[in-house]
Amino acid sequence: MLLTITSLTKTFPGTKALDGVDFDLAAGEVHALLGENGAGKSTLIKCLTGAYERNEGLITLEGQTISPRSTSEAQALGIGTVYQEVNLLPNLTVAQNLTFGNEPRRFGMVDRRAQRRQAEEMLDGYRLDIDVSRDLSAYSVAIRQIIAIARAVALSGKVLILDEPTASLDAREVETLFAVVRRLRKKGLGIVFVSHFLDQVFDLSDRVTVLRNGKKVITERTADLDRVQLIEHMLGRALKDDVVGHAKAHQAGREWPELLKFEGYGRRGHIAPFDLSVGKGEVLGLAGLLGSGRTESAELMFGLAPAHSGAARDADGTLDLSSPRAAIAAGFGFAPEERKEDGIIADLSVRENIALAMQARRGWARPVPRAEQLRLAEDYIEKLDIRTSGPEQPIGDLSGGNQQKVVLARWLAMNPRFLILDEPTRGIDVGAHAEILRLIRQVTAEGMSILVISSELDELIAVADRVIVVRDRHHVAELTGPEITTDTIVRAIAAPDRETAEVPA
Amino acid sequence: MTALRRVTPQLLTLAALVALITLFFPDFLRIEVINGRLVGTTMDILKRGAPIGLLAVGMTLVIATRGIDLSVGTTMAITGAIAAWSITQGYGLGGALALALLAGVAAGLWNGMLVAIFGIQPIVATLILMTSGRGIAQLVTEGRILTFSHDGMAFFGSGDLMGIPAPALLWLLTAAGVAFLMRRSALGMLIEAVGVNRAASALAGVNATVLLIAVYVASGLCAALAGIVATADIRGADANNAGLWLELDAILAVVIGGNSLMGGRFSIAASLLGALIIQTIDTGILLAGFPSEYNLVIKAGLVLIILVLQSPNLSQHWHRLRRAAQRRREIAVASMKETGQ
Repeated sequence: MLLTITSLTKTFPGTKALDGVDFDLAAGEVHALLGENGAGKSTLIKCLTGAYERNEGLITLEGQTISPRSTSEAQALGIGTVYQEVNLLPNLTVAQNLTFGNEPRRFGMVDRRAQRRQAEEMLDGYRLDIDVSRDLSAYSVAIRQIIAIARAVALSGKVLILDEPTASLDAREVETLFAVVRRLRKKGLGIVFVSHFLDQVFDLSDRVTVLRNGKKVITERTADLDRVQLIEHMLGRALKDDVVGHAKAHQAGREWPELLKFEGYGRRGHIAPFDLSVGKGEVLGLAGLLGSGRTESAELMFGLAPAHSGAARDADGTLDLSSPRAAIAAGFGFAPEERKEDGIIADLSVRENIALAMQARRGWARPVPRAEQLRLAEDYIEKLDIRTSGPEQPIGDLSGGNQQKVVLARWLAMNPRFLILDEPTRGIDVGAHAEILRLIRQVTAEGMSILVISSELDELIAVADRVIVVRDRHHVAELTGPEITTDTIVRAIAAPDRETAEVPA
Repeated sequence: MTALRRVTPQLLTLAALVALITLFFPDFLRIEVINGRLVGTTMDILKRGAPIGLLAVGMTLVIATRGIDLSVGTTMAITGAIAAWSITQGYGLGGALALALLAGVAAGLWNGMLVAIFGIQPIVATLILMTSGRGIAQLVTEGRILTFSHDGMAFFGSGDLMGIPAPALLWLLTAAGVAFLMRRSALGMLIEAVGVNRAASALAGVNATVLLIAVYVASGLCAALAGIVATADIRGADANNAGLWLELDAILAVVIGGNSLMGGRFSIAASLLGALIIQTIDTGILLAGFPSEYNLVIKAGLVLIILVLQSPNLSQHWHRLRRAAQRRREIAVASMKETGQ
């Protein structure tokens, strides 16, 4: 083996980002690394490239134990990385970019001619027809990607890590890039390929490793896997029974009084028009792969991205959902997926974070009295078991799971009729995970309707009364009652592409 | 109690400065009553510090939203010119004040729209008015220094009420009013929330756009008040020099006040102490009788010392040194005990 990782562990305050992960890479192999957001892909790569220091575990390269402490150290050892956002300088020439950091010198000055020659040699074999003395910005993202690869290969030359390299490329550019990757494989490089496009994984890779919640789920030859199995590894059966608790008793034909109805609701480029009715006290699950349109559906319903078509209604008539404020006025709530960016106000206290939405609804002139804020905060700290030194502690100091509980408390305090939870249990520990699921059951029993978006199928199966499956930005299936099983959901997600392409997006 | 702890560094700094100046100039703290007016250097500082203090109030709010308002010095020139022009046109005191304040609101709306609606970076958005605004002021004064004689207007520069100079009273009342409004209503918390994380605040239903525009309008209004004071003080409008570079002093006051340029938690009281510190330095240098060409260098030196003393890295370093010293002591004590046994 060229590269071997054994029982790699990396912890951050409050979470284990990687938990005893094994991974290996042979020379002349493309090894795909798969997993949903927060599965640990990028942490693994950062431990490899020296951006993070591992807590435990061993990394060996060609039999030697290595612990790179910076990306340049990793490069010198032979591990090069190309990221989705190309890390090159668009305002320099291609040649300058390729030789950056070790320019050929003559009498102390950069030797431009030698620099051009060296750059052309580096690009030799990549079948690019470009002028290395032109600015990098003159070329497309795909060509920049290949230039970045050429630079990484020239600098490192043993292991090449491609982190979502195809995210901003079109189909033809992907083919060009893959041709380059295949040639490098033939030359004997070990290539780690991170992507969430399953087709590309099947197209390119020799072996697949799936991570979930910081643990390795499986390493398998790509040829021995099919799509359904792979999705099941990515999404299903991760949770222990103590997290899921008693599974939901899925009765057929149970009816909920209708609370809301979305008709032909859609937005071009985000999610194709969908119909959805929400029952009072019902838990809806939204399943699908990363980028399938799960979050986009939620953002549309909460007015973050206004709908281009369709309408939302309740018993009293059409609802205005043109902005988050309008959606909140209509009795909606939304706990977003990116907790740090879109959820918490890091410098403010737990008390203020809980009171924020309520204060925003009341308007600036009618402050929620401090005593009332304190009562709310203490109430929810106890009810949701938020681990904090007190209501005045800045929320930024709390662990991920406790931050999530504070965001939930913010919405529960508003008593919305329809609460959208986007990945409510991402990156939080097992105990908090179980508590949040318990909480969902509790509040829906009291009549609140909830939409849960999750990458964990077991989680959806445990709490959802109905599961909507999203694929390629279409709502493609709706499963109720006994139909909700890992198997049926995975099949709906994995169904052949473009089956529903006739529905205009 | 926490409010007092928040402004302790600024209070200590101010006390140290006052002590330093008193060394050079023993009468510094003396206040006499002459013709029913309080007269003394400290009164002079309160009066001269009015423009900076007023600007610092608005600037604190803007900086709390992670913004900055470079245009306040220019807005002073514009509003001062409009006030002087209105007086010479015979619109009377009420008309002049109303028009000047209106101009301040307009300047704030302009900045606020660029920042909140068009998403232009605050430093760039307010730079536009900063550089072009003096041209507007010159158009109003037609390129001259527009003088007037109007006792009502002059009151805002040199008058006094109950023995206290009118400018000092104006900025103290403005600051107290704004601080009261921020903490008694929910504005303070909402502004801090938007400053720390605009996206998350908007998702929680905070009307971040309106709030952002409002803080720039508040800053424009404060600049208008400062412009009125500056114009009333010299009984004329000088489009070229009124409020020149004062935006930088106002930002400095906010920073000395310990408010983070990254937005979030703010204290108007601390900014005002910052403004007082700057004005005390300015006045103290003059009093100490240094040749005037030394003024800026001495001011820069003092400001540098204050900021270094307040810097977070230094205090961390200080804590680490203290902890290390304590550990060494503990180890020494422990080893002494061991050898004793």
